[in-house]
Amino acid sequence: MLRVSDLSISIGSPDNYIDIVSSVSFEIGRGEILGLVGESGCGKSMTSLAVMGLLAKGGPWVRTGRAELSGFDVIHAEPYERVEAGHGGIAMIFQEPMSSLNPVMTIGEQIEEAINVHQRVTGSRQNLTARDYLEMVRIADAAMQINAYPHQLSGGMRQRVMIAIALACQPQVLIADEPTTALDVTVQAQILSLLRELCDTLGLSILFITHDLGVVAQLVDRVAVMYAGRVVETAAVDRVFDAAAHPYTAALMSCLPDPAHRVRRLVTIPGQAAKPGQITKGCAFAPRCAYAVDICREDPLPYAMLADNHRALCLFPRGVVR
Amino acid sequence: MGSYALHRTGAAIATLAAASVIIFFFIHLIPGDPIHVLLGDTATPDQVDALRAKLGLDQPIILQYFRWLANVARGDFGTSIFFQMPVLKVIGDGAETSILLATITMIWITIIGVPVGVIAAMRHGSWLDQGLSGVAMLFASIPTFWVGLYLILIFAAWLGWLPSSGYPSIFEQGGLANLRYLLLPSLALAAPNAALILRLTRASMLDVAREDYIRTARAKGIRPMRVILRHILRNALLAVVSAFGFTFAALISEAVVTETVFALPGIGQLVVQSILRRDYPVIQGIILVTVVLYLAVNLLVDLSYRLLDPRVELQ
Repeated sequence: MLRVSDLSISIGSPDNYIDIVSSVSFEIGRGEILGLVGESGCGKSMTSLAVMGLLAKGGPWVRTGRAELSGFDVIHAEPYERVEAGHGGIAMIFQEPMSSLNPVMTIGEQIEEAINVHQRVTGSRQNLTARDYLEMVRIADAAMQINAYPHQLSGGMRQRVMIAIALACQPQVLIADEPTTALDVTVQAQILSLLRELCDTLGLSILFITHDLGVVAQLVDRVAVMYAGRVVETAAVDRVFDAAAHPYTAALMSCLPDPAHRVRRLVTIPGQAAKPGQITKGCAFAPRCAYAVDICREDPLPYAMLADNHRALCLFPRGVVR
Repeated sequence: MGSYALHRTGAAIATLAAASVIIFFFIHLIPGDPIHVLLGDTATPDQVDALRAKLGLDQPIILQYFRWLANVARGDFGTSIFFQMPVLKVIGDGAETSILLATITMIWITIIGVPVGVIAAMRHGSWLDQGLSGVAMLFASIPTFWVGLYLILIFAAWLGWLPSSGYPSIFEQGGLANLRYLLLPSLALAAPNAALILRLTRASMLDVAREDYIRTARAKGIRPMRVILRHILRNALLAVVSAFGFTFAALISEAVVTETVFALPGIGQLVVQSILRRDYPVIQGIILVTVVLYLAVNLLVDLSYRLLDPRVELQ
């Protein structure tokens, strides 16, 4: 459905650039939820904004790569250009529902605007269609709420409205950039189950960006783990938790506290995450890796292909070579 | 909404009462009095005393104040000492010029300041933006009278397209064609204010463009022009509208200078002349009317704010 290949995003000039995202590749099948996981600053949001065509002018830019939606490359198109070329099929929801809705327009107007762009629905029927979308995202009393302004709604409700706007774009792929980070835990669970439901009923594919491994376990089908601008491991969700092959993924999993064994100190990964451009040769995780040897610090680094569509950017994937 | 207007009107009346005290007592602090202006230097002390008693200026100032206030409350602003005519009639004669001048100026400020500010923001960082911002900075910095004098020099003296001074009433002769007399003065008066509105519109547009909800709007696939007009401008105008209240206050004081430069028979000229003549009732009347106008404009700004921004709750 969506295939991103060899995506590099850079800052600086074309002659003198630093990659902040380098050679990222992943694909999402129909009805699948792919979790793009990583620490803050690892490039996961930048990747999603680039796929969406929302990188601001004068900021980071797409240096190489493609993002194919049903075989059509959309990486260099802004959303309106994509829509006009007949490839509207990607929509996005964001981390901050509190500030992501226009404060001076009713939520109905904001949904209708998306309907107007993406669907052949005329004037008076747009309002009814907008109401359908509000019902689809489980907003009670949609007929009333359609005339509400964003400030009259709670954070969870606003995120539902954001999802309704995204659905009104009739997407094949929904990019969700940490949509529950700003919400409290009960609301978070409701939003997650709503996304799962939409995925199952509409055949929607979701690129779910998060740093929350609990959410990953709960929601996603497959995981792409990012570290320092690279995808270091891609695997089905249960393999990531049970048989992580990349030392970074494994270290991340060992940081999860286990309620059965309460400990005095939580486990952390020693050292600091690599900054963009800091490591240009070999494995970016090598300085913090317990298993790193000399050749880890030399170019180039291949992906190790493991079973079940499982790959890791490591010379010595765990469980394979000890 | 209704109770809000009521509440605001109450506050406005309190402001008005405070303003009336300041107006009245400060004017009487100016050295000199109207008697000497009226009678000249040759008047005898008896004549002076007689006229002072006739005008009620021999009474204690507190008493004068309350007498004036009571009369104003009944709609009687008194009689001009200089013109020997009711104050309201004197003000009314100058009002046509001033109201038309203010209106035309506000139109210039709006149709120049806002759209050009939008264009500068859209071309943010380009030579066009830098050029427009530079010109705006220039006009915001140079005084109104200087702009006025150069407009007269170019359009009246050199090109001869427009009259340089005066304004015959459109009701008496010439009709609406007389508005051409107000073209240069209104442009001079609009220049610094339009420049400020331009800069504010530009800055506000750029601020709003960075908001998360603008990213949402773009993500929907709306065309850039619609994002600018419907999402960015609509929110940017909130800051601009509140500036119109201040702009109006600036117009009142700058109008005095402009009317002098262009010899316009307006309120601004009248107040300057009246201060020189110590024509207390006229000065008090004009300032009171101005205060009322100012409060009304700001009330209007606040109410329109409610229409533009649903987050503003009125109580």
